[in-house]
Amino acid sequence: MSHILRVNPIRCDAHGVCADLLPELIELDPWGYPVIESDRMPDALLPHARRAVAACPTLALLLERERRRAGA
Amino acid sequence: MGKAGRHPVSGQREGDAVSRRPVPAPEQLPRLIPADGPLNFARHIDRYGPVPFRGYGDPRDWRRGVTDMLITTVERSGLTGRGGAGFPAGKKMRSVADRQGRRSGFFGSPAGSVVVANGVESEPASGKDAVLLNRAPHLVLDGIQLAAEAVGAPEAYLCVASEDERLTQRLAAAVSERERAGLNQVPVEVMPVYGSYVASEESALVNYLNEGPALPVFVPPRPFERGVRGRPTLVNNVETLAHIALIARYGPTWFAAIGTPDAPGSALVTIGGCVQRPGVYEIPLGMRMGDLIRLAGGLAERAQAILAGGYFGGWMALPDAMDAPVSGPALRKLGAGLGSGIIVVLPESACGLAETARVVRYLGTQSAGQCGPCVNGVPAIADVLEHITWKRADERSIRWASRLLPLVEGRGACHFPNGPVAMARSALRVFGGDLRYHQRHGPCPGVRHRPVLPVPQAARPPGEQETARGGGRPPVVLGTK
Repeated sequence: MSHILRVNPIRCDAHGVCADLLPELIELDPWGYPVIESDRMPDALLPHARRAVAACPTLALLLERERRRAGA
Repeated sequence: MGKAGRHPVSGQREGDAVSRRPVPAPEQLPRLIPADGPLNFARHIDRYGPVPFRGYGDPRDWRRGVTDMLITTVERSGLTGRGGAGFPAGKKMRSVADRQGRRSGFFGSPAGSVVVANGVESEPASGKDAVLLNRAPHLVLDGIQLAAEAVGAPEAYLCVASEDERLTQRLAAAVSERERAGLNQVPVEVMPVYGSYVASEESALVNYLNEGPALPVFVPPRPFERGVRGRPTLVNNVETLAHIALIARYGPTWFAAIGTPDAPGSALVTIGGCVQRPGVYEIPLGMRMGDLIRLAGGLAERAQAILAGGYFGGWMALPDAMDAPVSGPALRKLGAGLGSGIIVVLPESACGLAETARVVRYLGTQSAGQCGPCVNGVPAIADVLEHITWKRADERSIRWASRLLPLVEGRGACHFPNGPVAMARSALRVFGGDLRYHQRHGPCPGVRHRPVLPVPQAARPPGEQETARGGGRPPVVLGTK
């Protein structure tokens, strides 16, 4: 089962914890907001991703099971 | 829940709707905007007859296969959304209907889905929705009824910009006139929407109808999954609904008889800038840009470029753009778009860089203020464009601009920041000559030209965005040259 990582940009306040905990996938933009390099999550990184998600102070980082995309 | 009449009404075909129509289908344009003045209720009925309901009974008794027919008809027509994104209209209806079917399932849901007609039209350069709602309101209201029936919605909303109070009143009167005549199967509430540029984004409208501010929300879940009061919600532009009203009467073949295979039908466009007769026109999609300009009276002066798709589209250089087909797919291939049908012609005497910088600055003030990359990024794009325009187009600034654009693109909860990115990107490409001039000599004479692209006066500063409900839209000024 594959997972995807995404940020709720409305919640995100640029604390930057995620980039510290998951530098393999997350970089910060010039204003400190996370840029997710690839939303596809290698299984090896899953524990680290879970830790980053749990550490986000605004609960803006989301790890979701891949769902079928549909609609407008 | 559904008792009687749950079986597919397979006997009903397009022919039934056609037999009811008093006036034959219009062979040519205009289809939507009547040439002989606004159509009031009586004249509308005269011309189009009653709403061609498919007759599935109470929309709450919706069952798959019963109301499928109109959706199939719309799918076959190839109609795409006319609000800007250009998503296939039938597919969108089906996604709401499927959701509603799944939710009501075998046991039925008392609530049903919801239809929202979007006539807020917050794009400053667009005027087509207001023209449509003023000239042919009942076509839109027919479309709302038919869409509601097709997706199983027992209620609907018609959202319009709150500034135009007379339009709101007229539409409310039109709705009650129809109710008295027994033409409405579901009640329609006319909703004036207060808010900034982003208020007309579909998740913002849904949020507003849910008693929240008219600001976009994080999706998914999208409105078709969880919309007004948590129910599957179909949000359609008013022009899309008017097309649906005609497709339901005259069929998909009639609809696609004009236009191109990848962009069938007609569309309303708002053309502005240096043309003799700026305004709203209905055109067959795929018409050459040059023909559209001739339709608008021809050029008022020498022109250098065209902004296609409004503030979410892109610049195209003239004279090449004259041959471009005016349709979403064709213009997107050329690095622009059609958006909600906006075309602005830039005179040679103006500066495309200055125009872009001014609009991006305005857009920066119109962000909902919710997402960091948009709040910071759009003004940063405006900063660098202003530097390039007014100070010097040095290599460093141009490099920074090209690094900045991908950092902003696609990073908001809604698509809003992608608009200024697309405009800036196409400006740097199309106005390369100006860029070199600005690099060598500083600002060109065109920067002092009167603004061409319309920007509302007194756009609110960024600090006031939280009070989106209180403000209301400033008056729109259409700059003609």
